[in-house]
Amino acid sequence: MAREIHGMVEKRGAGLWLTHVFMILGVLVIFFPIWLAFVASTVSQPEIVRPPMPLLPGDRFWENYSAALFSGVNVPVATMLFNSLVMAIGIAVGKIVISLLSAFAIVYFRFPGRNVFFWMIFLTLMLPVEVRIVPTYEVVAGFGMLNSYSGLIFPLIASATATFLFRQFFLTIPDELAEAARVDGARPMRFFWDIVVPMSRTNVAALFVILFIYGWNQYLWPLLITTDPEMNTIVMGIKQMFPSGDDVADWPVIMATSILAMIPPVIVVVSMQRLFIRGLVDSEK
Amino acid sequence: MEKRVTFRGWWLPALLIAPQVLISAVFFFYPAGQAIWQSLFIPDPFGLSSQFVGLGNFEFLLSDKFYRASFATTAVFSILVTLCSMIPALFLAVIADRLIKGSGVYRTLLIWPYAVAPAVAGVLWLFMFNTRVGVVSWYLGNLGYDWNHVLNGGEAMGLVVVASAWGRISYNFLFFFAALQAVPKSVIEAAAIDGARFWKRFWTIVLPLLSPTTFFLLVVNVVYSFFETFGVIHTITSGGPQQSTTILVYKVFSDGFVGQDLGSSSAQSVILLIVVGLLTVIQFKFVEKRVHY
Repeated sequence: MAREIHGMVEKRGAGLWLTHVFMILGVLVIFFPIWLAFVASTVSQPEIVRPPMPLLPGDRFWENYSAALFSGVNVPVATMLFNSLVMAIGIAVGKIVISLLSAFAIVYFRFPGRNVFFWMIFLTLMLPVEVRIVPTYEVVAGFGMLNSYSGLIFPLIASATATFLFRQFFLTIPDELAEAARVDGARPMRFFWDIVVPMSRTNVAALFVILFIYGWNQYLWPLLITTDPEMNTIVMGIKQMFPSGDDVADWPVIMATSILAMIPPVIVVVSMQRLFIRGLVDSEK
Repeated sequence: MEKRVTFRGWWLPALLIAPQVLISAVFFFYPAGQAIWQSLFIPDPFGLSSQFVGLGNFEFLLSDKFYRASFATTAVFSILVTLCSMIPALFLAVIADRLIKGSGVYRTLLIWPYAVAPAVAGVLWLFMFNTRVGVVSWYLGNLGYDWNHVLNGGEAMGLVVVASAWGRISYNFLFFFAALQAVPKSVIEAAAIDGARFWKRFWTIVLPLLSPTTFFLLVVNVVYSFFETFGVIHTITSGGPQQSTTILVYKVFSDGFVGQDLGSSSAQSVILLIVVGLLTVIQFKFVEKRVHY
């Protein structure tokens, strides 16, 4: 109904088609690099090294993908996929758990030093891991956490974005609920489990999507601390597949690995689009 | 803002906040403190002892022509990445906003590149422009243009800029699209009735209404190009040729880990820290403003 009234500023007829054409062109240009990588992952090495390579998929899909997954270059890509999965889920779950707890403490309690802790957490917002890499590396090495999942995960959950998000959200929970819980004699943790956590479901899910992508796409940190190929994550492992010197790279296998590296985050983003957009908007505020 | 109703006790909140405080202390405050401390020393070549030099590392850095060049490179890089990711995104969002049907499908497709890691994006673009097998460089060669980002610094910069901006187009598109959908249609219609054509309406009404989003994206994209593009640079150019794509974050890495020059690397970290601090202040000032908007 309202749509029809608004018709005058929206395009119809030839203009509408032109708009679609522009949009499709835009999508094609944006997609071209992914398409080309997919094509390269389905053809043979000679087809690539004698340019120009074909622009339509070949018939070597299974050969290239099974070569990548089960033998890879330094280590089977299946191993790297598993490491990435552990790292991404570890970062997402770890950060959500510690932030839910500390945000609950900051919002629902008055304890000495509360403001100090609040500002302490606030400060961690400012410093990306890229800036403190050398000393953080030394700390992790000192704990013997090189080439370990805990070394991959812990330094990356030391930031306060999620705590802030939950704090903001908890502040919007009506006071009556806490009041009622207190009158009923519920202990704080019971209130946390029965009221606060269930109410935060959507925020948790949105944050999970964002943090999963963040963890999966890490590059510099795994590059520094995983010297053992068995512990490589897929995003940093691709670069390791390029030969040093003048040897020709095994392009079909590298491109199959690139496609495999983007499938999990793409599935997460596309299938949870609404949550993802919400998480994006919330976490940037 | 404070809660009226709170619980009593101090040991429970202390316990609840402990994991975060512990992790922040060990993996954040201690390393950040170390970075500041180490920036005041020059270690001997064997790493056995180090000598206190005060602000010597900073003085050296600020007079070092390579470091200054890296600053300039970073400035050029981040401005180009920001422009190359925001302008196409705005354009696509404006077109998508004119569609009643189908914009959801386009949005779903346009989100994809955001999910692709910068380092993987680097590999994809490297593949397209590879001097030996790249499709785009081959066609450019046929057109008589000899593409070689391995030797030509300008072309290397162009390539890392495009590869870094590519995934950000998705991100910016989402924000612009959401902002455009929030522009009151009645305002646009009033202008249309007054006879303002599409581009006239865009420049005089829509763009000013988008300015909070635009400013927010400007800051966020600059932060992105400063800190999150390491993967792109490392996979495509490794900072070369002749340091023409060595941005500040890349230099912290190459001086600290490859060159083992800890004093200088730490001093660079501290300078970056100041830069992040400034950007954060700008961002928060802006958020405050938006509340009153």
